[in-house]
Amino acid sequence: MNPNLKRLRRSMMFLNCQKPGLIKDPYVYGPDSIMLDLEDAVAEREKDAARYSLYHALQEIDYRGVERVVRINGLDSDLWEEDIRCSVAGGCDAIRIPKTETAEDVKRVEAAVIAAEKEFGIEDGRTLIMAALESAKGVLNALEICEASPRLFGIALSGGDYTKDLQTSISGTGVELMGARQHMIIAARAAGKQCFDTVYTNLNDMDGFRKDVETIHTMGFDGKSIINPRQIPIVHDIYTPKPKDIIFAEKVVREIDTKKAMGIGVFTVDGKMIDIAFYDGAKRTLALAKASGVYKGEL
Amino acid sequence: MDIKKSAVAGTLESSDCMVTVSVVIRQYGRQIRKVIYDTLKRLDVNDVKLTVVDKGALDCTIKARVECAIYRSNDIKGGLPWGGAIR
Repeated sequence: MNPNLKRLRRSMMFLNCQKPGLIKDPYVYGPDSIMLDLEDAVAEREKDAARYSLYHALQEIDYRGVERVVRINGLDSDLWEEDIRCSVAGGCDAIRIPKTETAEDVKRVEAAVIAAEKEFGIEDGRTLIMAALESAKGVLNALEICEASPRLFGIALSGGDYTKDLQTSISGTGVELMGARQHMIIAARAAGKQCFDTVYTNLNDMDGFRKDVETIHTMGFDGKSIINPRQIPIVHDIYTPKPKDIIFAEKVVREIDTKKAMGIGVFTVDGKMIDIAFYDGAKRTLALAKASGVYKGEL
Repeated sequence: MDIKKSAVAGTLESSDCMVTVSVVIRQYGRQIRKVIYDTLKRLDVNDVKLTVVDKGALDCTIKARVECAIYRSNDIKGGLPWGGAIR
């Protein structure tokens, strides 16, 4: 299994491959992933140019551990297959499928990725896949999409197109996204996959952005799509476990291990009732803290 | 590959470079000349006039823009030799 299937993806920053100045050094901002865009951000007449830039950037720029995801053009275009050949040959870490509506969409991309890995001598299974859901149909099919490929690490909501399909628009309150968000996180968890939220486009409303990230964090999302480096520290702040949470999680794990050996199932930690049901959550907090670089303990 | 028509790739924005190819060769600035010649050699392009206006592009950008202009001049859009002539 590819060890990157479950890697930390709190912030996934979109970058336009048409602009060399954007893709040359985005690692300085510290996102967990970058999404190198060949799709909507690239003008129709520059689709070819974006690919050459992407290929050489993937080959020659040291992104210093930042995951490199490529958003290919839609499966309804005549561009996506060459996008995959270019991306896989360049050595990208993952392909993001736009406008995914069915498991079949994922399987078509998977087949093209496998063929490209073979053609360019890339290790089988190295290139992962994620699917963006941008329509009512795509959101409703979230579970079959999640289960379509072992390479697929997660699904992401694309709020702009989704709300257009619902015949509404982004209000800033999140009301119009509530159903999709809830459905997608449930489907992703049922399939053991990650789930990512849509972009927040109003860069003048950082308070609104923070509230939006707090909402999706509470809902269980693994991270958020980002369109500007200024959004990254806010996401990381919200997603990084606080010292008191880390200390409590350590106590829970240690106490459950100890009490289990003594044949005790229910007990209290810092005045809170604890049983085995708290174990996985505490372990997840410690794993996230470790991945975020704020926990060096051995648990 | 022969140059069949003039073609342009890239912009004059910061960190980019603009490459124009046409049919007679000439000299460029020392810093980017080798990257361009090596790229043209890989593409097996011999007789070409190429104008580059550099705005601080990385080597990978210069290569990308030269390749794009050359392939555009031949109307080649798919089945590209990634990792072969393009590398």
